[in-house]
Amino acid sequence: MKLEELRFGTELIKRGFASMQKGGVIMDVVNAEQAELAEEAGAVAVMALERVPADIRAAGGVARMADPQKIVEIIDAVSIPVMGKARIGHFVEAQILEALGVDMVDESEVLTPADEQFHIDKAHFSVPFVCGARNLGEALRRINEGAAMIRTKGEAGTGNVVEAVRHMRAIMGGIRALKGMDSQELADRAREIEAPVELVIECANLGRLPVVNFSAGGIATPADAALMMQLGADGVFVGSGIFKSADPETTARAIVEAVNHYDDPKVIGEVSKGLGEAMKGLDVHMLREEEVLQTRGR
Amino acid sequence: MGVKVGVLALQGDVAEHIGAFREALADRSGSSVAAVRRAEDLAGLDALAIPGGESTTISRLIGKNGMYEPLAEFAGGVFATCAGMVLSADRVDDPRVRTLNLIPMHVARNAFGRQVDSREALLDVAGLTEPFRAIFIRAPVATDVGSGVEVLARIPEGIVAVRSGRHMAFAFHPELGGDLRLHRMFLEGLGV
Repeated sequence: MKLEELRFGTELIKRGFASMQKGGVIMDVVNAEQAELAEEAGAVAVMALERVPADIRAAGGVARMADPQKIVEIIDAVSIPVMGKARIGHFVEAQILEALGVDMVDESEVLTPADEQFHIDKAHFSVPFVCGARNLGEALRRINEGAAMIRTKGEAGTGNVVEAVRHMRAIMGGIRALKGMDSQELADRAREIEAPVELVIECANLGRLPVVNFSAGGIATPADAALMMQLGADGVFVGSGIFKSADPETTARAIVEAVNHYDDPKVIGEVSKGLGEAMKGLDVHMLREEEVLQTRGR
Repeated sequence: MGVKVGVLALQGDVAEHIGAFREALADRSGSSVAAVRRAEDLAGLDALAIPGGESTTISRLIGKNGMYEPLAEFAGGVFATCAGMVLSADRVDDPRVRTLNLIPMHVARNAFGRQVDSREALLDVAGLTEPFRAIFIRAPVATDVGSGVEVLARIPEGIVAVRSGRHMAFAFHPELGGDLRLHRMFLEGLGV
């Protein structure tokens, strides 16, 4: 091995890390015990948090990066990758998460944004980033800033899949609409959705985003998870849906299996039996404007 | 004659493996590359790729889907990368992973540390005239290998490429960089 040829944090390594998560479930956890349960259930990674989104919603106030002590406890508890959330635009929280050894930073609208104009300049980090998006324009702006993975935003902490569906359909439909466009039309569409034309052309050629695209924000049941996979997600984030359910261990295992067998309704039905009550959930139409998380960071 | 390749499609970078093998086999008519999601998908395959992903997750899904015995008894050649290398070993430093015992070697998971320690490196691989740009992502290493296992590449952390009969295993990801020399070496070794 030629040591002078070593490279860290390249685009290939960051996007490659995201590719290894495909077909998997990433679970929100708030302590070492939950992290171990998630790993045991077959999660591909855990998101280390102070509180799950449903509790962030309930607590109100300013939501920030989790206590580093908590993140380190979770890192020490499991062998699967550990992700952490930084506020939108808060590049120092991201620097701290990178220094703590998290494997991926989620620049997340679930926390209170620190910058209403700029997202983190993610290309300057060695650690890969995942960012939320509601449509193709948002997704491509985040990729242009250096995001190695996209997750549709949905509406976190509601246990209601409707927004996750809306955002996945918007991205997949946005890409399908590029098919057959000539170069002038692609340039026009790029202006319209405020995205770099090179990335719009890349999507048109690939027929998908150039990075892995997970679904998040409202997935509460195995059927919800399989629905998002059938709509084209590469995998799912489950936040409050597991540890706010009646039986987290069984629910976690059932969601892992539903993602694995997303196109086999018999298996999804089988694993859904007797799970007890899913999280109660919220009607997103009843949220006040300031309670809506998905409009943060566009 | 064509080669029939399957890619174990339980979790991980399955599409990248399918794409790389399709490209490597583009000039061999009668070849096919398909996802393997059930034990019956293994029938008639000359080779099986076990992809990168999370070895704990893939191991759990192999058990859940009743695929442990069919995979452990697979008669063709195996091309295993990263998590696949962990699964193809006969010993691992983690009781949560049930290895398939295809290659006699001891493997350590996450031998490099955290994701920020993941790296690209130019690697000398036995049998290749020019170095290979190897992409290590939270990679394992083999710490020792049994008799009959040929070590193809080694770095200070440990052994990162091996051949054992028709099987090959890599701690890095030949399916990601667009360089198909190791895929070709593997396909030649199948003797199909």
